[in-house]
Amino acid sequence: MSGGIAGVWVYLSTTPLLGLTVTLLAYQGAYWLYERANFHPLLNPVAWSVAVLVALLVATGTPYETYFDGAKFVHFLLGPATVALAVPLYAQLGKLKRLALPLSVALLAGSLAAIASAVGIGWLFGASRETLLSLAPKSVTTPIAMGIAEKLGGLPGLTAVLVVATGIIGAVSAKYVLNALRIDDHAVRGFAVGTAAHGIGTARAFQVSEEAGAFAGLAMGLNGLATALLFPFLLWLVVRAGWA
Amino acid sequence: MNVVGALTVLLVCQTIGEALARYFELPVPGPVIGLALLFAVLVARGRLPAGLADTANGLLKHLSLLFVPAGVGVMLHMDRIGAEWLPIAVALAGSTVITIGVTALAMQALMNGRGAERK
Repeated sequence: MSGGIAGVWVYLSTTPLLGLTVTLLAYQGAYWLYERANFHPLLNPVAWSVAVLVALLVATGTPYETYFDGAKFVHFLLGPATVALAVPLYAQLGKLKRLALPLSVALLAGSLAAIASAVGIGWLFGASRETLLSLAPKSVTTPIAMGIAEKLGGLPGLTAVLVVATGIIGAVSAKYVLNALRIDDHAVRGFAVGTAAHGIGTARAFQVSEEAGAFAGLAMGLNGLATALLFPFLLWLVVRAGWA
Repeated sequence: MNVVGALTVLLVCQTIGEALARYFELPVPGPVIGLALLFAVLVARGRLPAGLADTANGLLKHLSLLFVPAGVGVMLHMDRIGAEWLPIAVALAGSTVITIGVTALAMQALMNGRGAERK
């Protein structure tokens, strides 16, 4: 019994096991609550898991790097999960072909609206240059957004946080925004949420219906692609216009 | 196809995607190219193996869990967020609502008159 409980803690806190386990526990707990509350948007499981984990790390004085050493196994799955989006997409192939025109126009409009409004509003309210550059790709999925922020000269770590916050805001607000605009079609609802709020919005859409989820996943993939392709062009425009 | 087989397919697509992105210095991230690749293969083959569908849908069902570790990274940026909380909060909330609205209205407008084609 050398060291007792404290000794066990010292040992566990240095292994990746703990970071991984607490991530899953926090998420399970948050998801259980979310389910109990009939999927109330304000009980978004990502937001609550993050809040609980941050409180826990701060309370125990654990650095983020130590936590991430374990949590990176979960983080890693974002890659294969992005590839997996091909499956629901393929299941909607017929609809995709019929709706090619509305989807392309909506994608371009949404992608530009996301970038322009984030940077525009941030600039109006006096955000710093690094923050603006980190905000710009906030609507696309984490791995893509971090890559873009890095190329722009923003802070990839901050972008990851802003992306997650965007996803939570989108998942929470989509229902109200779309109801106010009287959009009933699940394909349209899903596509709008996926464009604005990437994977977290997509996860929310899958809870509503498989159709909404498939279109959200499609929007998430396409917006990642569109934003990654649009940025070099937008940057060129900005430099040409002499704004930067 | 079992779970291991399905995971292998996903990882192979991602690896090819990452390799192509790096080799051709594409501005598009590897997993997105992997997505396009798998989609193209499914379209070309014209059918979806049941095991792949199960594994992919299982992974996507808990997609939101995968964002938690990146979200916890908020603790590294508390100072900046504390100093710039107003522009950040307004930009995120405003832009997200605007994006949902613009996308939905654009798509809805172009779908009008195509009612017969909708379910």
